[in-house]
Amino acid sequence: MSRKLLDLWVGIFVALGLAGVLFLALKVGNLASGNFAETYQLTANFANIGGLKVRAPVKSAGVVVGRVVDIHFDPQAYEAVVSVSIDGRYKFPKDTFALILTAGLLGEQYVGLDPGGDEKMLAANDVITKTQSAVVLESLISQFMFNKASESPSEQ
Amino acid sequence: MSNPSNEGRRSSLLSAITGLGHRVNEALQRLGFAARFFVMVLLYSGQSFRRLHLTIRELYFSGFQSLLIIVVSGLFIGMVLGMQGYETLQRYGSAEALGVLVALSLVRELGPVVAALLFASRAGSSITAEIGLMKATEQLTAMDMMAVNPIARVVAPRFWGGVISMPLLAALFSAAGVFGGYLIGVVFIGVDEGAFWSQMQASVDFRYDICSGIIKSFVFGVAVSLIAVFEGYDAVPTAEGVSSSIKSTVVQSALAILALDFVLTSFMFREA
Repeated sequence: MSRKLLDLWVGIFVALGLAGVLFLALKVGNLASGNFAETYQLTANFANIGGLKVRAPVKSAGVVVGRVVDIHFDPQAYEAVVSVSIDGRYKFPKDTFALILTAGLLGEQYVGLDPGGDEKMLAANDVITKTQSAVVLESLISQFMFNKASESPSEQ
Repeated sequence: MSNPSNEGRRSSLLSAITGLGHRVNEALQRLGFAARFFVMVLLYSGQSFRRLHLTIRELYFSGFQSLLIIVVSGLFIGMVLGMQGYETLQRYGSAEALGVLVALSLVRELGPVVAALLFASRAGSSITAEIGLMKATEQLTAMDMMAVNPIARVVAPRFWGGVISMPLLAALFSAAGVFGGYLIGVVFIGVDEGAFWSQMQASVDFRYDICSGIIKSFVFGVAVSLIAVFEGYDAVPTAEGVSSSIKSTVVQSALAILALDFVLTSFMFREA
């Protein structure tokens, strides 16, 4: 086989291989969509974060507007401190509510942002003061059972 | 005062022990030779890269000619994953997670491992056969006589051809597999296309999942190529010797791939 033809086939092979990597990176992975061009950081304190994990999405009105970048425990307040990075294109009012929600009944947990009506906007490194913790299924069930148990004697 | 039967038993025991010692000794010597051989291949690589067309020729034989088997197997494995994954996921009402299942299992494990196993049996065995036959017909000795280093001329290009093709083939395998999963899941079964891709993109991370897969396939490429060229170079120069070294190329490559996969997985994906 002549060297030119050999080079051509090897060139096709390498190009196909690189196309495979590119396909994995762009179509399968999140190289293109996962990173926001410009972000700012906010923190929020929660009494209980449930099963929230780093890299979980931050959504507002169902649209992904950022990601959780860090979760740590505050030993003074005994609360969880969640840092999120928000896409720089979106600004949220000062009185925005941060909630920990679950996608579906058993799905992954994410941070939901409910914008308030304040005219001042949250700036970088601000703290979201209004938060609502994750709903823990066990405590919900035990509350329900407790209520039922206290109800039943009065009915009889 | 020892009777003859006792003596006989003792000598047979002694010969069993010395035989065992011999075999351990031989295995260690071979391991040492393999390590020295690896260093020699790396040392003479520069010399062989100066004649790049040798490596390009090997890329054609072990890379391009493996394309068909890699892409077709990837497609079928992806299709099977799509079918089996759907079967299980739809029981829990989360058939949309099919894309995640197919992509993660291919990119992290099946792509690098199965592509390397196929590569070992398709290209590794033929490299061993070629070098072993060159040795049996004394071509390697003849090169040495002509002051051509057989490691630089024959071994290093085949080694690098394998190392370069392996990650590319594994990436193609995964890509073909994802397409196979898409074909079964979305086109035939009817999982929602948007959810299939978007859930996949949301949970497959480029650095964490895809780069780890590429690193894995690179390590497998080094292991398989080294075993293949070493078995050929170290073959007993007879027809029987060459056939037994081809066999041990396939066996040892498969064992090395699976063992290395366990080691690499355990420190790449520990937290997940």
